[in-house]
Amino acid sequence: MSMPFYVAPEQVMKDRADYARKGIARGRSLVALSYDQGILICAENPSRTLHKVAEIYDRIAFAGVGKFSEFDSLRTSGVRLADVKGYTYSREDVDARSLANAYAQLLGQVFTHEMKPMEVEILVAEVGADPTGDQLFRISYEGTIVDEEGSTVLGGDAETVRERLKANLGDGSLDMGAALRAAVGALAGPERVLEAGNLEVAVLSRTAARRAFRRIVDPELTPLLSAG
Amino acid sequence: MTLPIFSSGQDPGPSFSELLRRMNGDQPLLRNTGAVEITHGTTIVALRYAEGVVMAGDRRATEGYSIASRAIDKVFPADGHSGVAIAGAAGPAVEMVRLFQTELEHYEKVEGVALSLEGKANQLGGMIRRNLPMAMEGLAVVPIYAGYDLRRRIGRIFKYDLTGGRYEEGDFHATGSGGRDARTTIKLGFRDGLDRAAAIQLAVEGLYQAADEDSATGGPDVVRGIYPTVATITATGFERVSDEEVAQRFGELLQRKTSEGHPR
Repeated sequence: MSMPFYVAPEQVMKDRADYARKGIARGRSLVALSYDQGILICAENPSRTLHKVAEIYDRIAFAGVGKFSEFDSLRTSGVRLADVKGYTYSREDVDARSLANAYAQLLGQVFTHEMKPMEVEILVAEVGADPTGDQLFRISYEGTIVDEEGSTVLGGDAETVRERLKANLGDGSLDMGAALRAAVGALAGPERVLEAGNLEVAVLSRTAARRAFRRIVDPELTPLLSAG
Repeated sequence: MTLPIFSSGQDPGPSFSELLRRMNGDQPLLRNTGAVEITHGTTIVALRYAEGVVMAGDRRATEGYSIASRAIDKVFPADGHSGVAIAGAAGPAVEMVRLFQTELEHYEKVEGVALSLEGKANQLGGMIRRNLPMAMEGLAVVPIYAGYDLRRRIGRIFKYDLTGGRYEEGDFHATGSGGRDARTTIKLGFRDGLDRAAAIQLAVEGLYQAADEDSATGGPDVVRGIYPTVATITATGFERVSDEEVAQRFGELLQRKTSEGHPR
């Protein structure tokens, strides 16, 4: 009778984490930050139709990096959870925190119990009445959930992009154009220029009556990129 | 609540009611033995004008011979560019509107694009059809669905029967207990390409005449300042007409009726 080789649990976890990280690192990064009138989410994405950023509920947005099919199915599940909750209870009872927790639980479950972990990193953002009320939850492939303050970066090259974003952000509050240019500058780095065709941009608008999510596309996008 | 995850064979797709059924199971059928009075909403109208559609509904709800509410709303936005007005058993009707609103938004978010106006009208037809067993128990819901078709750039009106049959109306429709009187009034006053003010005036007059003939339809309540719910749906979207404006239209109508000498 043949015995399976013993592999230490530390090694199993490390292998899985490496596998997930490699998958995520293949994709481009994504930036989200608060500005005076809302939250801006900007991703490097040449596709017009396969979105990385999407609407979940009235004041909640979703963004994902990594393997498209995996984060897109997570997005659909999030919309389902939010809509069922809002329909069963009330629209005001749907919040980003509990949704982020549900995502974290699922990703943690998949990481430890399934054949392969999900190669994704996701963001759940909720816009508040003022910038201090904004919530940005970053959830990684193994179910770790981080409550970010003011801005966050997802994706393979996150550390470098985070450094550049920090350098681009001043102390004062930004308007939408300034926030967009800071995000795009951080994603592009010193050697590249990113144009409207390579970007997917969306905002959660603080002043919206109900559905706060709005995509920023041309002809609105290009002038915002070049202004200032 | 945990995230709803389905195997590929069980996935409800973009349908919200299918999703609810997968998560909660089938809901028990309500039975009405006639022992209790059910709240009923009454007259609703919709008509086309130059820029789109006007929808309106009176504010009365009845339970048998008594008035259950003087200020119920029967005209609701279904989404950004369409509205639904309800007549019939108020409980199931209001619930149907809530489900319909969620259904349209859910589809749009899951699929990334909104349904066509015709698709939305058919969706509502399906919901009425599923309500048929309850309609047989006396809990009928008869809505009017109207919207601005962004692809064809026109306002469109859809009416329904109890079986979920969906029929497109060319210019106007009215239903509910006073629907017949409202329809006749609008038919006599209707012309192609009415402007906004004239269309609101005609809708309001339809409801006035319905209230004149039908005890379940509420007229303008000047004492409490309760006037019909009126909304316009145009290329810029669903917009509720302010109470002040409706009050003004009613004021004009009443003045005209008084000076003409209303037949007794």
